Amino acid sequence: MSQTLEKPRSFQEIILRLQAYWASKGCAILQPYDMEVGAGTFHPATTLRSLGSNPWAAAYVQPSRRPTDGRYGENPNRLQHYYQYQVVIKPSPPDLQELYLGSLKAIGIDADLHDIRFVEDDWESPTLGAWGLGWEVWCDGMEVSQFTYFQQVGGHDCAPVSGELTYGLERLAMYILGADHVMDMPFNDPSAPTPLTYGDVFKQTEEEYARHNFDAANTEKLLKNFEEAEAECHALLDVPADDPKTGKRIIMAHPAYDQCIKASHIFNLLDARGVISVTERQAYIGRVRTLAKACADAFVQTKAGGYVPEATQ
Amino acid sequence: MPDLLIELFSEEIPARMQKRASEDLKKLVTDGLVEAGLTYASAGAFATPRRLTLSVEDLLAQSPTTVEERKGPRIDAPEKALAGFLRGAGVAKEDLGTVEEKKGTFYVAKITKEGRPAAPIIAEVLENAIRNFPWPKSMRWGTGSLKWVRPLHSIICVLSAEDGSEVVEFDIDGIVSGRTTRGHRFMAPDAFSVNNFDDYSRKLKSAYVMLDASERADHIWHDATNQAFAQGLEVVEDKGLLVEVAGLVEWPVVLMGNIGDDFLGLPPEVLQTSMKEHQKFFSVRNPKTARIEKFVTVANRETADQGATILAGNEKVLSARLADAKFFWDNDIRTVEREGFEAMAAPLANVTFHNKLGSQSDRIARIAALAREIAPIVGADADEAELAAKVAKADLSSEMVYEFPELQGIMGRYYAKKAGLSDAVADACRDHYSPLGPSDDVPTDPVSVAVALADKLDTLTGFWAIEQKPTGSKDPFALRRAALGVIRLIVNNEARVSLRANFYRHIVSIYDRLAAEHSVLKMDLEQYAEDGSLKKIRWVQTPYESGNEAGLLLYWRMPENDLGLENSDESDRRIALAPTKTSADLLSFFHDRLKVFLKDEGIRHDVIDACLAMDGADDITLLVKRARALSETLATEDGQNLIQGFKRANNILSQAEAKDGVEYSYGPDIKFAESDVEKALFAALDTAEAAIKPAMASEDFASAMSAMAAMRASVDAFFEAVQVNADNEVVRRNRLNLLGRIRDICLSVADLTKLDG
Repeated sequence: MSQTLEKPRSFQEIILRLQAYWASKGCAILQPYDMEVGAGTFHPATTLRSLGSNPWAAAYVQPSRRPTDGRYGENPNRLQHYYQYQVVIKPSPPDLQELYLGSLKAIGIDADLHDIRFVEDDWESPTLGAWGLGWEVWCDGMEVSQFTYFQQVGGHDCAPVSGELTYGLERLAMYILGADHVMDMPFNDPSAPTPLTYGDVFKQTEEEYARHNFDAANTEKLLKNFEEAEAECHALLDVPADDPKTGKRIIMAHPAYDQCIKASHIFNLLDARGVISVTERQAYIGRVRTLAKACADAFVQTKAGGYVPEATQ
Repeated sequence: MPDLLIELFSEEIPARMQKRASEDLKKLVTDGLVEAGLTYASAGAFATPRRLTLSVEDLLAQSPTTVEERKGPRIDAPEKALAGFLRGAGVAKEDLGTVEEKKGTFYVAKITKEGRPAAPIIAEVLENAIRNFPWPKSMRWGTGSLKWVRPLHSIICVLSAEDGSEVVEFDIDGIVSGRTTRGHRFMAPDAFSVNNFDDYSRKLKSAYVMLDASERADHIWHDATNQAFAQGLEVVEDKGLLVEVAGLVEWPVVLMGNIGDDFLGLPPEVLQTSMKEHQKFFSVRNPKTARIEKFVTVANRETADQGATILAGNEKVLSARLADAKFFWDNDIRTVEREGFEAMAAPLANVTFHNKLGSQSDRIARIAALAREIAPIVGADADEAELAAKVAKADLSSEMVYEFPELQGIMGRYYAKKAGLSDAVADACRDHYSPLGPSDDVPTDPVSVAVALADKLDTLTGFWAIEQKPTGSKDPFALRRAALGVIRLIVNNEARVSLRANFYRHIVSIYDRLAAEHSVLKMDLEQYAEDGSLKKIRWVQTPYESGNEAGLLLYWRMPENDLGLENSDESDRRIALAPTKTSADLLSFFHDRLKVFLKDEGIRHDVIDACLAMDGADDITLLVKRARALSETLATEDGQNLIQGFKRANNILSQAEAKDGVEYSYGPDIKFAESDVEKALFAALDTAEAAIKPAMASEDFASAMSAMAAMRASVDAFFEAVQVNADNEVVRRNRLNLLGRIRDICLSVADLTKLDG
């Protein structure tokens, strides 16, 4: 990697180079989780897999939704739907910072010309009952990634510790590609037969979802959906582990966690609709956290979560 | 004697923790060494983003051998006692000596502790320091269990002397001590090895690392001011930012950049805050116009293009940031111009201040009423003070303050001016939060003073009314600070506020509203506990009457079955709305704060107590004047002696009054005076009284107290020459009544019985 690569020419090329880079470093390249989440961390490949003692290494793009950030596609860098690139490696390797800097080089950020800095930024997710220490990484004064050593997830101490890297792809790509407005950024190669900008792909959906999130989403139904997801999550976790049909021990940690994700997204929508008061807000966050903790408790009782049956201990 | 070099090399340490951490390392290691007998000549500690370094000079090569004599049991003590002693001292019976004492002959053991070489001691001390390091926050990484602020990568631990150096060997969670380190992350990443501190700092410098944080800060400041000066500009000083930036780089490179023309019209505070908070840039000002025209950023490296790429990137990021700020500014100005500044406060009706004290709008209405009330007292126009109070917090719903909370007040002043309000009102928007800290300036403009007082008094009475007082170290609503603010506002402006009446009226109005506004109570009907579960609480109101005070009793009950509280005493959880009691309690809190405040002036607690016992103790200006005058009087010889005379008179009186069962306050008659000394005292008391009465009436405490102190010579002479308890009962009573007059005169000035000593 001694010679500097040519600069990427499109949003998707940056994604493809990150995929190739982290694949070359041994990560399993996963696909986005098929549910609405607020950030890449919510993907079970990070939240659940950072628990327990089993080694893990994965990288993936995660479409993320933040209903309150919708600006009808007009703000140069605020979107209600955007992409995060997520890398999670357990245990965190000793050269994780160097690996990360290598990934910047792969997408055209040459550390010889730029000023790259690790600035204190501790991470905490009250909804996931999780926290870690790390930095936001600055390139010439701009935050390009979050770098976190997970200490606790779902109320459980992480041992071993996972290293998590999160790249905000639109912002990073705008910087590399020199775009001033996210919608003007080339999505595919500008010399392709059908060149598409980010706006060609997402301008209309940003409008539609902004209207939906702020004004149209049915709050009564959402409130009901929240309660249902919450109840379903608890109900799935209350089912005894021994499955009478197969005779196997099957704890439904992932299906339960899906309900936790659902509750979290519904809460975000309700928040965007402005129907949650300041006092209620904390209570809702507390309820989602209760679900996340229960799912984490269940996951560590599974094989993937590092559980070893007593007979083999 | 050898020198010691320690370096703990890690991933990036938060800037705010570096200085403290280098000092902690120095303390932990040197304390540990000294405790183990290894003294040293000097030590220096350093920190960069990636390393903590300690250099210890002239350390003992080996700890000294020590001999301790320990006395054992008497030689005729039982075998068991002797065996225990031998075990404890670690010696054999044949090695024991004896000592003769009064109580018999005792065994004595000589315990010799051999000295140890420095290296193993250092290894133990350093390992202990690393394992118990007081980081504000620390973490684990990988599969290890060691905690450090960020992953720890390598350790240098080298003892050096003129004839060479040796590594102090140890291993902590797989990290083996050695003599190698690395230079700058990007400019000199290769490992190199070092022999001693000089070698280390020299090699670091050529590997693009400035070890000393103050050298980095000096370098930054020097380069920044030079670059600014060359263009006729000056850097806005910010020591906190300088320290922080020096903690973000190992090789500081100062770059000066441009702020886009579109943004130069923003208020300087906005530019400065946005650049500092988001980008850690210094502001560069034109001294002629006071406008901020450029910025300084500090990069962590040199580049082939002299920083051109870095600067271009930073300018671009700043433009995006300032575009946001300008957007907020333009929107806010548009709102103010279209709807007026007062209208900007309208959304505050939806912002809860406290669930029992209502919304921010409710609070503003209370403050406005109070400001109106206070205005005449501080010389402000009542209408102007009320208007100022109504708009003073309007900027809390501006977009700019939402983004930059630290600009509250400052933006209010700009918006008030844009709305065409008077300078006094605009300044009150900015200044009514003051004083915050004990060294903050105190507002002096009458309108600002009225609003500042009203704001703080509302906060204090409000939280007192709902029983949310500070306890111990917990003061979540900063009520101690608010009280100190009130005291300083009153004292500096010599305002005459009767606090007790003010508290009472305001607390009553809060209770009235609590009772009347059912909506406020309803908010409490359902409360979520911390775990998210819902608890239903029932509020009950009943009229409250006690003595001559009527109020409202408000308390809550939990449904018994839910929480199993059927046996609990519901009176524990009630809020007794007793305005007189609450006001008195708040006043005594103020008196405690006042003691703290006056202590800084050197005025003793007991002096304040002596003044608190007088009328008008809720008038802080009066109280402080009285306390200062008394304190000054006590500092004079006459004053100090007079107090002794007063105490003596008071003691004699107390005894006589207890014995005789009467109070000696009838007024003595000069015709029973037997001696000249006694007659002179009569004259002195007349003189003093004649001077004190009008002085007190005009609150001229200094004159009153010096008149009191002037009695000293006559009082002393009286006690010197006259026997109070004369055989003649008439003379005795007259003399006791004379002492009674001394007492009355003194107590009319201050309650001197409260003074110590």
